Amino acid sequence: MDLFEYQAKELFAEYGVPIPRGKVAASAAEARQIAEEFAAGNAGAKPLVVIKAQVKTGGRGKAGGVKLADTPDEAEDKAAAILGMDIKGHTVHTVLVAEDTDIAQEYYLSFLVDRAERTFLSMCSVEGGVEIEEVARTHPEALAKIPVSPLTGVDRAKALEIVRAGGLPVEAQEGAAQLAERLWAVFTDEDATLVEVNPLVYTGDGRVVALDAKVTLDDNAAFRQEWGSFADPAAVDPLEARAKARHLNYVKLDGAVGIIGNGAGLVMSTLDVVAYAGEEFGGVRPANFLDIGGGASAEVMANGLDIVLSDPSVRSVLVNVFGGITSCDAVANGIVSAMALLADRGEPVRHPIVVRLDGNNAAQGRAILAEANLPLVEQVATMDDAARRAAELAAAAVNGA
Amino acid sequence: MAIFLNAGSRVIVQGITGSEGRKHGARMIAAGTNVVGGTNPRKAGQTVDLSGRDVPVFASVAEAMAATGANVSVVFVPPAGTKDAVIEAIDAQIPLAIVITEGVPVHDTAAFWARAEASGNRTRIVGPNCPGVASPGKSNAGIIPADITSEGRIGLVSKSGTLTYQMMYELRDIGFSTAVGIGGDPIIGTTHIDCLQAFQDDPETDAIVMIGEIGGDAEERAAAFIEKSVTKPVVAYVAGFTAPEGKTMGHAGAIISGSAGTAQAKKEALEKVGVRVGRTPSETASLVRDVMRAG
Repeated sequence: MDLFEYQAKELFAEYGVPIPRGKVAASAAEARQIAEEFAAGNAGAKPLVVIKAQVKTGGRGKAGGVKLADTPDEAEDKAAAILGMDIKGHTVHTVLVAEDTDIAQEYYLSFLVDRAERTFLSMCSVEGGVEIEEVARTHPEALAKIPVSPLTGVDRAKALEIVRAGGLPVEAQEGAAQLAERLWAVFTDEDATLVEVNPLVYTGDGRVVALDAKVTLDDNAAFRQEWGSFADPAAVDPLEARAKARHLNYVKLDGAVGIIGNGAGLVMSTLDVVAYAGEEFGGVRPANFLDIGGGASAEVMANGLDIVLSDPSVRSVLVNVFGGITSCDAVANGIVSAMALLADRGEPVRHPIVVRLDGNNAAQGRAILAEANLPLVEQVATMDDAARRAAELAAAAVNGA
Repeated sequence: MAIFLNAGSRVIVQGITGSEGRKHGARMIAAGTNVVGGTNPRKAGQTVDLSGRDVPVFASVAEAMAATGANVSVVFVPPAGTKDAVIEAIDAQIPLAIVITEGVPVHDTAAFWARAEASGNRTRIVGPNCPGVASPGKSNAGIIPADITSEGRIGLVSKSGTLTYQMMYELRDIGFSTAVGIGGDPIIGTTHIDCLQAFQDDPETDAIVMIGEIGGDAEERAAAFIEKSVTKPVVAYVAGFTAPEGKTMGHAGAIISGSAGTAQAKKEALEKVGVRVGRTPSETASLVRDVMRAG
C-alpha cells in the first residue's frame, strides 16, 4: 500500500523525523484557513506556503501540482487550481499546505528492499530534488547504495556511513544521520518496503528536514499494524473493495472478457492468452484479474462469478482452473450454484461463461457441468481454445450491442 | 538424483497439527513422501493421524531431527509465526526448509534469510509463499499435486504454483526430474539462479523450464547467469504481458513499477542469451518437446 505524502509525513512526525509544518486540505477554503494559521506565526516571509497535490504518483511538480503562495488569498486560489487536477490518471482530492522551507541544498535518502541481494538497501545522494532514476542513469557514482542488514539495522555509525557515502557535506552529516536513524525506525517498525525522502533538505539555518515523503507499506504485515487511518476509499474501485471484503484477489481492468482462475501466475497467464486471442477479434481484452486461490470452495467460486459479472463492461466470462489443491468438482458446483443464486436474486446471468477445467477431479467437474446443462455455460478442453472462444463471444456481444 | 529432494529425503512438517499441515501432510504421505514427524511445542509427545499413519509430534525441529534423522522441513506455520519457525529450522541446521506459508511480511523473510546467511547457509530455504519441491517418483515436499505428472528428465523452476502444475501436466508424458516452486515474494530463499545451477549440475536433468512473472529483475539476472554458466537447453515462459503498471497481480512481488519488471523486458533478456521463450504455456510446452526430441 502506497501512502499519500501527508500520511507518510504523519508517520515521520510520529518517529521524530523533522518535516516542515503542514496540514492537509480537501477544499480551497480549508487551504486558506491553514495558510492564515501559518501567516499568524510568520513575520511576513515570502513565500508563505507551498501547496502540494496529494496523489500517489511522481512528477507532481512538472504537472503543475505544486505551487507557492505568498498570502492566504493566493493559497486559496492555487489550491482551487490544483484540486480536481488530473495527474497521470490520478485525480487530486486533497492538497498539503506546508510552510515554505528555506532550501540551501537538496539531497536524496531512502531505505528499500533489495530483491537481488535479499536484504535491505539504503540509497543516498548529494544530488536530490530531481528524479533519482535520472541520477542513477546519468551519473551512478553520485548515488551511494549501502546494504543494510536486517540483523544489525541502522545505528548512528551506520547512518553516518550512509550519508557520507552519499557525499553529503560535513555541515549536514550530523543532522542527516540523525534523520536517517529515525527514518530506519519508520521503515522497520511500520513494516515499510520503501521510505524515500526526495528532497532531503539542508536549510539556510542549518537544519536537515524531509521536504517530501514517500512510503510504501507491506500489505502482508497488515495483521500486526494499525493502518486503518491510511485507507483511501476514493482510490479503491468499488468492485475491488467488494471483492476484498470477500477475501478475493480482484483487480479491475478495462476489457470485456471476465476472468476467473486459480493461482496468481495462471490468472496472469490467462489474461495474456485472452489478450492474444482477442487480437483476432477486434482487440477484445480481459476485464479483470481474479484469483480464487488454492482449495477454492463452491462458495468462493460463486462469489467470484458474482463480482466479475457485476462489472458492466463484461460480455463473456472465462473460468480457467487447473486443479492442484482446488478440486474441479467444487469449482463446477460453484458455477452451478452461482447461476442459481444470481437468478434467485433477480440478477440472472446474461453472458456466456466458457469453462476450462483440468487437473484434480477434472472429470467429475466436467460431468457436473454437463449434467447441469446450463445454456450459458460452455466447456472447452484447453486453455488456448477456451480463451479464444471467450474472446470470440465477447467480441460478438460487443459488436451486437 | 534430482535436485534438493530425493528418495532418501526424510521430511518433517512444522505446523503439522494445523489444518494445512494435516491436509498436506496426508497428501505428501499419499504421494510416497517419507514423512517422519512434525513439530508443535504444545503437542510434543503426541501423534497425529495422517490418513491412517500415526506421525510423531516433536517440540522442536532439533528434537525431530535427533529422533528421526529428518533432513527436510516443510513449514505450514501461519504468517505471524513463520519467522520464528524458519529461524528454528535454521538454528537446528536442517539442510532444507521449504516455506509454503503465504502472506509472510517481507521484514520477516529478510530477517530469517539474514539469519541463514549469517549461519553459513547450512539450511537451504525455498519460499516463502511457494508450492514446494517435487521430485516425481521420489519425494514430494509441499503442496504440488503428485498425480499430474511423471518422472522424467525435465527440470522446472517457477515463481507460480498453478503455472507449475499446468506445465507439469502438459508435459506429463515426458516427465520431470524435479520441479521447484520458488514463490513470487520480493525476497525468496532459493532463486531461479540457484535452481538453474543445480539443474545444470544434475546428471538426471536434460533440459530446464523456467517460469517467471512480472516484477523485479530475477529473470534478467537468470538470463545473465544462463549466458555464463548453463549449457543445457533452457525454455522459458513469462506471465503478465498484459498486466498494467502499478497493480499488484496476486503475488506480493508481481507488480510493474515504471518501466521495470515488465514481461517484455524479461522475454527480451532471456531471448538474447539463447533461451526459447513461449508466448503461452502451451507454446512453451511444445518448445520443450522440440528441445527434448532434439536432445
